[in-house]
Amino acid sequence: MRPDLIEFEPTEEQQLIVDTVRQFAANEIRPQAHDAAEARKLPENLLAQAHELGLVALGLDEAHGGGGDRSAVTGALIAEELAYGDLAIALAILSPSLIGLPVTEFGTDPQKAEILPALLGPNFNAGSLALIEPDFRFDPFRPTTRATRDGGDYTLRGHKCFVPWLDSGDQVLVIAMEDDDPQAFLVPRKTQGLSATPERNLGLDALPTVELELDDVRVPASARLGGDAGCDVHSIIDRGRVALAATAVGVSRAAFEIARDYAKEREAFGAPIATKQAIAFKIADMAIEIDAARLLVWEAAWLLDSGAKATREAVLASRQAAQVARVVTDGAVQVLGGYGYIRDYLPEMLHRNACGFTTFETLTLI
Amino acid sequence: MAISFELTDNSRIARDFYRKMAIEQMRPIARRYDVEEHTLPSEWVDYFWQHGRKGPPVDFAAPADGMVQVCIQVEELCWGDAALYLRMPTSALGGAAVGAAGTKEQKARFLKPFKGDGHPVWGAMAITEPGAGSDTAAIQATAELDGDEWVLNGTKIFCTNGEGASQVEGGFVVVWATIDKSAGRGGIKSFVVPAKTPGMKLVGLEKKRGIRASDTATLLFENCRIPADHLLGSAKVRKKDPSKTGDKGFKGAMATFDASRPIVAAMAIGIGRASLDLCRDELEKQGVSIRYDAARCDLTVIERDFIDLEAELQAARLLTWRAAWMMTHGKPNNLEASMSKAKAGLAVTKITQKVVELLGPVGYSQKLLAEKWMRDAKVNDIYEGTQQINQLIVARRVLDYSSSMLR
Repeated sequence: MRPDLIEFEPTEEQQLIVDTVRQFAANEIRPQAHDAAEARKLPENLLAQAHELGLVALGLDEAHGGGGDRSAVTGALIAEELAYGDLAIALAILSPSLIGLPVTEFGTDPQKAEILPALLGPNFNAGSLALIEPDFRFDPFRPTTRATRDGGDYTLRGHKCFVPWLDSGDQVLVIAMEDDDPQAFLVPRKTQGLSATPERNLGLDALPTVELELDDVRVPASARLGGDAGCDVHSIIDRGRVALAATAVGVSRAAFEIARDYAKEREAFGAPIATKQAIAFKIADMAIEIDAARLLVWEAAWLLDSGAKATREAVLASRQAAQVARVVTDGAVQVLGGYGYIRDYLPEMLHRNACGFTTFETLTLI
Repeated sequence: MAISFELTDNSRIARDFYRKMAIEQMRPIARRYDVEEHTLPSEWVDYFWQHGRKGPPVDFAAPADGMVQVCIQVEELCWGDAALYLRMPTSALGGAAVGAAGTKEQKARFLKPFKGDGHPVWGAMAITEPGAGSDTAAIQATAELDGDEWVLNGTKIFCTNGEGASQVEGGFVVVWATIDKSAGRGGIKSFVVPAKTPGMKLVGLEKKRGIRASDTATLLFENCRIPADHLLGSAKVRKKDPSKTGDKGFKGAMATFDASRPIVAAMAIGIGRASLDLCRDELEKQGVSIRYDAARCDLTVIERDFIDLEAELQAARLLTWRAAWMMTHGKPNNLEASMSKAKAGLAVTKITQKVVELLGPVGYSQKLLAEKWMRDAKVNDIYEGTQQINQLIVARRVLDYSSSMLR
């Protein structure tokens, strides 16, 4: 490896992972995407299959059986491919890392010993992160959910939304303000004072999410991620933004390919509509924007891997990728014309899913 | 291989070298030669010829970024001033055409004055005609073989460096002309016409919106005679689509675009960065700094716009570096070159116009260079393939359509 040159190709090892995940996304995830959304239910067999690929385990702590590859670049490559299959299913597959990665990065030894074995076990075990709050003023670095020290315990109080809530999970990582500093707390889903109400949103129909009410939820001080040292929520969010941006690129690519193939097949006025510049140029613009967004994601991920602060680059990548995803998926709806509006065709769902990227803000997936 | 965005030491040395040149030699005279259109910026030309031409003090034994380094250099110079960059005494696109399609002997002969100790010289490429722009196959200029000479007739417009290349001894203009109108693109060939060749006349200089220090010439060819061996590539006319055959003439000329488009994109990026840097400085003077870690809802409109413009600029830069990197590694980059040019041309048009808006009355005023950069930037979305031509190329590539299927 020569890190002192500009290069635009993954390592051979990364390329092998990409090829495997791409195949899994195309052959296993994509065919189930539509039905999963309509049924509002994750295909359980798929989560188990994906678990066997070990994509999440790759990034987790080596001492507990993980792969120890914390490369944000590798993570971004995986996230794009999974989301290319389907965003909701990708987020479900990656959900263990919502807890697993912050614990690997910041957790105390007892926290690692408690959390990681379950995620690395033979069965798929979902993770969950409670970050976003149902308020247009939501600031990920200054959540209104508060953590107050009370003797040997912490009391958590607040309101969260878009919290993944899969059947198998048993812990949720809650981001709350402690004095003037955002911190993360490991909260068992059965803790008293925690009430979850299932959500219905514009998209991501297959992914179960909840609104979470934290009404004086008491957790021991040992639940604070990183113990006395705490954790760096900024770093969690920077990484999460890049990961989410990578999934936005994957969704965009899926929409682009569907639009491209449809345009070459569908005839109007005696020729495929792709032979008309109005359609061809739209498809060209999609291709350009998707590649550009991917490169921004790669650059931000590379910067994270180098250990540098990457807030600016993460913001640029996630903003751009979110906008590109919205425009490209809407473009695919438009290219398909009337069929673009019909739920039997994927662009309709892809566009609703893509509209979430400006909302989710961050997901600690890589 | 591994994905990496780390510049080599050589790229950093080159960047710093040209940034210094931009600050010290270009910025101080940028406004003057915008106002005094058609005046040769002789202090800059002489400086570049004597000091700039030798290039940065890079270590040739150390790793190098190849074409990416070239893009970085171009960005720095155009951050200084794009018009002065274009006016540099170099072989420019004419040199690129000779490099891509010329024989070893032709390269040595025509490019020699650019390497020597003589006076400054320019190269140029003359393609566009009053009735033929993007549709190069429609050019009307003709070349006829008469004995051992080609005889050129026709009018060429929008020829960058056309004044220097046609008037200053040692320079040359690469002229596109057809040797067989019935053959369409297959009949189009390129010819090297040395400066001062009788029959090549400089008949006008354009008055432009921007890049005014760059000369844009109209050249008239009236029975202009050049030796037979000034033809680049073969004289054979292919009736079939020459892009599909191995004709080095047309194909070679077209291949120069794969190299030149990332360079033009890098030029655009230099102007865009100049514009954003100025905007940031002006905002900071007023105590406004861009907060990247603030909640989206708390950002001011200025901050939001600025962050979006920065993302656009970086997106264009990375597409450009990718296209350049592919070229260095001998990977076909026709698609990626057009992607970078399309993105950069549009992004920088938007960036420079938005900065004029963000800076308010100061942006519109000639006290600052923001308004000039807005005027300079737009040409990047027009020359070396308009936005639409590059979209067309990208569309054909991603749809896997030939030029006859997607017209």
